Amino acid sequence: MLDLIYAPFAEFEFMQRALVGVIAIALGGGPVGVFLMLRRMSLTGDAMAHAILPGAAVGYLLAGLSLPAMTVGGLFAGVIVAVAAGLVSRFTDLKEDASLAAFYLLSLALGVTIVSLRGSNVDLLHVLFGTVLALDDSTLLLLASISTATVLALAVLYRPLVLECVDPIFLRSVSRAGTPTHLIFLGLVVMNLVGGFHALGTLLAVGMMMLPAAASRFWTSDITMMMIVSIAVGIVSGLSGLLLSFHAELPAGPAIILSAGAIYVMSLVLGREGGLLWLAWPGRHLEA
Amino acid sequence: MSSTSTAIRFDEVTLGYGRRPAVHHLDGEIPAGSLMAVVGPNGAGKSTLLKGIVGTLKPLDGHIRLKGPASGIAYLPQAAEIDRSFPLSVYDLVAMGLWSRSGLFGGIARRDRTRIEEALAAVGLIGFERRPISTLSGGQMQRALFARLLLQDAPVILLDEPFTAIDAKTTADLLDLVRRWHDEARTVVAVLHDLDMVKRTFPQTLLIAREPVAWGETGEVLSPENLLKARRMVEAYDPHADVCHRSAA
Repeated sequence: MLDLIYAPFAEFEFMQRALVGVIAIALGGGPVGVFLMLRRMSLTGDAMAHAILPGAAVGYLLAGLSLPAMTVGGLFAGVIVAVAAGLVSRFTDLKEDASLAAFYLLSLALGVTIVSLRGSNVDLLHVLFGTVLALDDSTLLLLASISTATVLALAVLYRPLVLECVDPIFLRSVSRAGTPTHLIFLGLVVMNLVGGFHALGTLLAVGMMMLPAAASRFWTSDITMMMIVSIAVGIVSGLSGLLLSFHAELPAGPAIILSAGAIYVMSLVLGREGGLLWLAWPGRHLEA
Repeated sequence: MSSTSTAIRFDEVTLGYGRRPAVHHLDGEIPAGSLMAVVGPNGAGKSTLLKGIVGTLKPLDGHIRLKGPASGIAYLPQAAEIDRSFPLSVYDLVAMGLWSRSGLFGGIARRDRTRIEEALAAVGLIGFERRPISTLSGGQMQRALFARLLLQDAPVILLDEPFTAIDAKTTADLLDLVRRWHDEARTVVAVLHDLDMVKRTFPQTLLIAREPVAWGETGEVLSPENLLKARRMVEAYDPHADVCHRSAA
C-alpha cells in the first residue's frame, strides 16, 4: 500500500516535479482562495482565470509554447481585466460580478480564437487543461516564487484585507489602505492563476484555489485555521490526484481537481462547522 | 481643547448625489466639545451630512473644514454595513478600534489589551470576547460597535441613528457613554429620531429638511413651528429643477 504511494514518486522524476508544482500551487492558492471566498469573490476567481487566456494566447502566438511569453501575456491580460472590471464597478452602477462576467466572456472567446489561429487542437488542450506532468525547472521556479511572494504579501496585508471584508466603511474612515489593498490582492489572484495555469490550464487553475477554501470553511470558523486547512487540502488533493492519474491512467489535471472536489463534498457532508450531517442530526437543544 | 474653538465648520456646503442636493447650502459651525443632535424627516440629508463630514462624500459646493485631521473622527454609520457572517470574534471586532495606534502591522501591547477589556466592560460585553459576531443580537452588536468607538479615542464622534431598533436598556447604557464622551469634552454629533431623547440629553440641535431649518439651543430649535416647517419638505425631486444660483462660498 505504502509502495503504491511512494514508488511512483521515487521512480519517476516527472512525478516528483509534478508534486513539487502542486505543493507550490497549494501554498499560494489556498490562502488566496480563502480570502476570495470570504470576500464573496469566488466567481471572480473563476472569471479571472478565463481572463488570462487571451494574454497567454498572444504570448503563444508570438513565441509558441514559451514560458516567459505566456506568463507575461497572462499576467498582463489578467491585470487589465481585473483593473477594468474594478473601475467599471467602482465608477458606474454596474456591479463587479456583472462587469467581470462581461470581460471574462470576451476574454475566453478571444483567447480560444487566438490559440486556434496558429495552434493545433493539442495546443488548445494544453492551454485549457495544463501540463502538470511536464513541468520544467523554470516553471517550477516560477510556481515557487509566486507562492513565496503570495504568502509574504498576505502576511503584510492581512489586517486591511480582513477589515475590508468585514467593515469596508470603517476601514475607509480610518485609513486609505482600502483601495491599494484591494488592487494588490487582485494582483495576487492573477499571479496565482497564471501559476496554476501552467500546471492545470486556464479552466482548472481556479480549482486549486476555490475547492480547498470552500472545504476549509466546513471545518473551522477561524481565518488562520481556514488558510492552514485549505493549504493542507490542496496538498492532499495534489498528491492523491497525481497518484490516481498514475495508477488509473487518468489525465493528471482533472484528477487533481476531482480529488479536491471529493474532499470538498466530504467536508460538505461531514464538516463540524455546518456540515450536512450535523445540520440533519444536531442533537437535542442545550440548556442555554 | 478650549470650549470656544470650532470642531467642524461648514461654508455654504451643498452635498448630494449626481447634481441633486441632499443637504442644501448649510452654513455654520459646530463648536468643539458640543453635544449636538441632527433631526429631520426621512430623506432630509442627515446621513448625507455625516458622510460629508467623514469625507466619504465630497461636497458638490462649498467647504467642510475640520479642526483636526480626518483621522480624528470616529464614525458609526447607520446599520453599519458589516458582513455579520464573516468569521470574526467580538474581541477582534472591538480591537479594530485601535487601528490609528497599531496601523497595518503594529502589535497590540499589553496596555492595549487592558483598554480592550475596559471597553468591553464599559458596554457590558464581558464574557463575549470569543463569540463570533454572527451570534450577536442587534443590541449586542451595537454595544460591540460602541466599544470600538471607545477605543478609537477620537475627539469627534459621529453617530448615525445609533439607537434605531435597540431596546430601552441598551439605549440607556449606550446613552450613558455618549454623556461620558460629552463630559470628556469630545464633540459628539448624533442623528436621532426620538425627540424626547434629544430634549433630555442633547443641548444643541440642527433641524434639517434638505435646507437647514433651525440650528441652535435644542429647546428653541424644536418648536412646533420649526417642526411643521421641516415636515413640509418636498420629498420628490423636481425633474426639471433649474441650476441653483445662490452664491457659493
